Amino acid sequence: MMKFRYLKNVVTLRLDQSKCNGCGMCTEVCPQQVYTIKDKMSHITDRDACLECSACARNCPQQAIYVRQGVGCAYAVLMDKLNIKGKCCGDACGCSLDNIPEH
Amino acid sequence: MSAESKKLPMAGDLHETECCTVKEVTAAYADPGDANWVKGEFETAIGPVHRIATTLDRQDLTGSVKARWGVGRMNYSVAPGLYAVGNPNHLSAVLVSANYKLSFDYLRRELDGLDLWILVLDTQGINVWCAAGKGSFGTAELIRMVHQSRLGELISHRTLVLPQLAAPGVSAHQVRKEIGYKVVYGPVRAADIPAFLNTGNKADRTMRHPSFNLFDRLTLTPIELAALFKPVLLLTVFLFLLNLLSQLLSGGNFIPTLLLEQTFSDLAPFIISALIGTILVPALLPYIPGRALAWKGWVLGIAWALIYTTIIAAPAGWLQTTAYFLTLPVIPAFLGMNYTGSTTYTSLSGVVKEMNYALPLIIISASLGLTALIGTYFI
Repeated sequence: MMKFRYLKNVVTLRLDQSKCNGCGMCTEVCPQQVYTIKDKMSHITDRDACLECSACARNCPQQAIYVRQGVGCAYAVLMDKLNIKGKCCGDACGCSLDNIPEH
Repeated sequence: MSAESKKLPMAGDLHETECCTVKEVTAAYADPGDANWVKGEFETAIGPVHRIATTLDRQDLTGSVKARWGVGRMNYSVAPGLYAVGNPNHLSAVLVSANYKLSFDYLRRELDGLDLWILVLDTQGINVWCAAGKGSFGTAELIRMVHQSRLGELISHRTLVLPQLAAPGVSAHQVRKEIGYKVVYGPVRAADIPAFLNTGNKADRTMRHPSFNLFDRLTLTPIELAALFKPVLLLTVFLFLLNLLSQLLSGGNFIPTLLLEQTFSDLAPFIISALIGTILVPALLPYIPGRALAWKGWVLGIAWALIYTTIIAAPAGWLQTTAYFLTLPVIPAFLGMNYTGSTTYTSLSGVVKEMNYALPLIIISASLGLTALIGTYFI
């Protein structure tokens, strides 16, 4: 299984371990295996693999995780900067940064 | 499909004018019209539910090919609502899906021989991952569709199996709190669903990680190639005019065939550059040094500029060499940067950082390069 990693030390991911109860939901939903459960507590063990999809934050029943949700798509960022709305690319993606609900 | 069923309201679109008995009976009823993938109806306590085919036919395949090349891609959707696979009962699993036809096809072709329910959400014809990121495959839509489909009257358990990549949009604990349903995240790939269901809804590590192998990386290449058509056409016109002007100014004989020949030979290195950006960058992605995708594209572009100026177009003058070194690499660099949207691992923070560096450099390099290129026609 090949795992890709993007730029180092850029993601906005934060885990508040004082709130964590070790339920393991973050390890279940993370598509990049960023977390490991050790001693009944979640640990961020592969931070640079995070793609800020926010699956973990949205599914953490303890609200112990913060991440600014976003789609890592240069085209969407470009269209947003140029203030062109509704145009997009990708696999029938249709993503537009301003459509992403605030977390 | 009979004409009669076409008249029935679509789940999610009940008209006030419709008779209330029709409303009652068809609340769960999705209306796919005479879609080729519907294989009859399945009688349930709350009325008939469409049964779907678990094999893809010719029409599905041509539809996929067209969608992959960008033809009608944004309208490639399935009517939202509840569907049956095989002969499901009150104990059967419920799979939740997006209503992008390609996602739906990937799912149903893996379900041969199984008996289960499929709840198709209205994600506006967008695939699971993007719809989850955008919020249309979200907690609210899931709850709405569970209510509307009257699913609760058909099943005795309260478990919904969602694709794992829906997790950015759906909050499992919130669904449980609001409607008492347990959300279980299934595997990323539909092919793993039978194994997942057989092992009592257990997904191992590989089932939870989207693969991004050579084939996956090139899936979107047709779309990117189709998108190149316009810029290439513009460049062709630009190079044609440069050659024309250059011939006219030099006062030589005007030879149309030579003009066309020259235009296309001038165009060739740029076409190769674009192909490097759309095919070679994704194909060689893990093997090109560096992390930023614009950088990866630029590295291959520099290699191409080197090959072109020292071997293919040799001997190239200093101005021509400069022009090619400034223009050829920025094409795969830009396309590489854009490829971030097609990957499974790039974050928004990373993309913004990469663009802040790459975009100004690309613009400067392209402007200087174009100036030098124009110069080569008149010096």
